Amino acid sequence: MTAPQVFFSYFAAMITGLSLLVVTRKNPVHSVLWMLLLFVHIAGLYLFLNAEFLAAIQIIIYAGAILVLFLFVIMLLNLRKEETEKRFQRQWPLGLGIGVVLMMFLVPVLGNISVVPPLGPYSVDAIKSEGHIMTVGKVLYTEFLLPFEIASVILLVAIVGAVVLAKRRLE
Amino acid sequence: METANIITLAGVRLIIPELTMVCMGLILLLLDLVVKKKGVIAAVGIAGALVALYGTFKLFGIGGPQTAFANMFVLDGYANFFKLIFYLNIILTVCISLKYMAIEKASFGEYYALLFFSTAGMMIMASAADLIILYLGLELMALSTYILAGLMRKQPRSNEAALKYFFLGAFSSAFLLYGISLTYGLTGTTNLKEIASALQALNISGSPTVFIGLIFLIVAFGFKIALVPFHMWAPDVYEGAPTSITAFMSVGPKAAGFAVLGRVLFDAFGSMQVQWNSILVPLAVITMAAGSILALAQSNIKRMLAYSSIAHAGYMLLGVIAGTPGGLTSTVNYLMIYMLMNIGAFAVIIMLRREGFQGENLEDYMGLAKGHPLASALMLIFMFSLTGIPPTAGFIGKFYVFMEAINSGYTHLAIIAVLFSVVSAFFYLRVVMYMYMKDPKEDVVLTTSCSMNLALAFTAVMVLVIGIFPSLLLDIVRVSILG
Repeated sequence: MTAPQVFFSYFAAMITGLSLLVVTRKNPVHSVLWMLLLFVHIAGLYLFLNAEFLAAIQIIIYAGAILVLFLFVIMLLNLRKEETEKRFQRQWPLGLGIGVVLMMFLVPVLGNISVVPPLGPYSVDAIKSEGHIMTVGKVLYTEFLLPFEIASVILLVAIVGAVVLAKRRLE
Repeated sequence: METANIITLAGVRLIIPELTMVCMGLILLLLDLVVKKKGVIAAVGIAGALVALYGTFKLFGIGGPQTAFANMFVLDGYANFFKLIFYLNIILTVCISLKYMAIEKASFGEYYALLFFSTAGMMIMASAADLIILYLGLELMALSTYILAGLMRKQPRSNEAALKYFFLGAFSSAFLLYGISLTYGLTGTTNLKEIASALQALNISGSPTVFIGLIFLIVAFGFKIALVPFHMWAPDVYEGAPTSITAFMSVGPKAAGFAVLGRVLFDAFGSMQVQWNSILVPLAVITMAAGSILALAQSNIKRMLAYSSIAHAGYMLLGVIAGTPGGLTSTVNYLMIYMLMNIGAFAVIIMLRREGFQGENLEDYMGLAKGHPLASALMLIFMFSLTGIPPTAGFIGKFYVFMEAINSGYTHLAIIAVLFSVVSAFFYLRVVMYMYMKDPKEDVVLTTSCSMNLALAFTAVMVLVIGIFPSLLLDIVRVSILG
C-alpha cells in the first residue's frame, strides 16, 4: 500500500466505525461526543484531499457551532427516560439485512471502477498556484452563483420554518 | 473560465418568474406584519403568481431552449409547461385554503409565503440542467413542504406527518446525493447534457457503476413521486397534513419529481433506455397494483386519495417508460389533468370541514346528494375523472398515456394499467354510491367561500372541457414539448 492509500484507509475506516458508534450509543451526550471525533476525521479526509478550506469550515461550523447546539438541545430536553429504553426498533435486523445486501452489490461494482473521467480545470496544480480559498471563492461567485443564491433561500425557509413551528402562538 | 459570459442580463431575464415567486414569498412575509386580514395576503399572493405566469408567457415567445448561469439553468417549452402546472397549483391551493386554515386555527401569513418558496423550488427543478441546481431546487421545495405539513402544531397527526415526511425526505436526499456523486465521479461533470456526451465519449453506458448511480437517482425521484416501494410516507403524510396542503403536495412535488425524472432520464441517460426501463417497468406495475388495491381498504377519504395518487403515479410512469418525446408529452398532459381533478376533489373534502367536524370519513358522505346536490355533482365529476370515465378529462389523460405505451411496444403494461383502473373504479365509485344511494346519517353543513367556489368552478369546468375537447390542452402540451 502506498502512503495515500494508508491515509485514506485509516480515515475511511475511522469514519465508518465512528458513525456506527454515534448511532448505537444509548446516552445522547456520548453520541454527540463520538460525532465530534467523526467530524474531525472528516476534516482530516478533506485535508488529505488538498481541500484545506473545507477542512477548516468543517471544524469551525460542524464541530464548533452545530455540535454545541446539539449539546444544548440534549441538555434542555430531559432524556433520562430514553436512555433506559431500547436503542432500536425491533425491525432492525431487517434493516441490517437490506444494508448488507446493498453493500454486497456496491462493493464489487465500486471496486472495479477503471474509467478515468476528463479532469476539469481545477487540477491540484491550479489550486496550488491560486490557493484553495481563492479558487472556491471565484467558482462560488461566478459559475455557481445561482446555486449559491438558491441555498440562501433554503436557509431563509429553514429560519421561517423554525419560527412558525416553534414560536408562533396559535390563536 | 471566462467569467464574463456566466452572469448576463439575458441570463437573469430567464429566471424572472422564479425571482418573482421568491420576492412574492418575501413580500408576503413582511405584509403579514402590517395586514391582519388573511384574505388580503391571499389576494396579493394570487396577483403575484399571475405576474409570474405573465412572465412565463412572455418567455414562451423566445423560442428554442435557452441556457444561463454557466449552463445550469435551462428554459424550454418543457420547463415552461411544468411552470404553468405549478402556477395553477399554487393559485388553486391558495383559493381553497383561505377559509379552511382559519377553521384549523393555523391561518398564518407564513403559510402563503412558504407555498411560494415551495413553488419556486419546483420551478427551479423544472428548469434544472445541472444536478446541483436540481438538488437545491428539490431541497427548497421539500423543506417548505415539510413545514407546511406540520403547520397544525397542536394536532399530533400533523406533527407525525411533518416528521415522517422530513425523515424520509432526508433519507431520499441521501440517495440523490449518492447518485449524483457516483455520476460525477464517473463522468467528471454534473451538467446533464455533458453527462450524456461523457457517457458516449468514455463508452461507459453499459457500466454497472453508472447503472447503480442511475438507480440511486431513480430511487430519490421515486420518493418524491411516491412510487411503490418508496411510498411509505405518503398515506400518513397526506392524512395528517392540513387538507389544503395535501392537495398542494399531492400535485406539486409529484409534478416536479416527474419533471426532473423526465429531464434526467432523457437528457443525461438517454443512451441507457434499456437499463432504466428494466427498473421503471416493475416499479410501474407494483405502483399501480399496490396503489389501487390498498386504496380499497381505506375508510378515511384523505388516505384513500393518497393511495389513489400513488396509483396515478404508476399510470403516469407509462409515458416515461415509452421513452419517446410523445410519451413524455402524454405524461405531462396527464399531470395537468391530474392536478385539476385532484385539487377539485380535495376542495370538496375541505368544504365538509367545519368547526368540530372533520368530514374525512367515507361515512360522512352518506346521502350528501340529498342536502347538497351541487357539491355532490361536483364530487361525482371528480371521482369519474379520477376513475377515467369519459367524457371527463381523466379518461383523456389515461387514454394518451396508454396509447403511447402501446405505440412503444408495451402493450402488456397498458393492459395491466387498464385492469387496475377497473379495480380503482370500485373505491372511487363507492364515494359516489355513498353520496347518492345512502341515507344521510346527520346533517352536513358545507363551509363555502367565494374563492372556494371559484376554484371548484374552474376545476370542474376544465375537467369537463378537456374531457370533451382534449385537443385544447394536448395541442399546447405538444407545442411546448415537441416544438
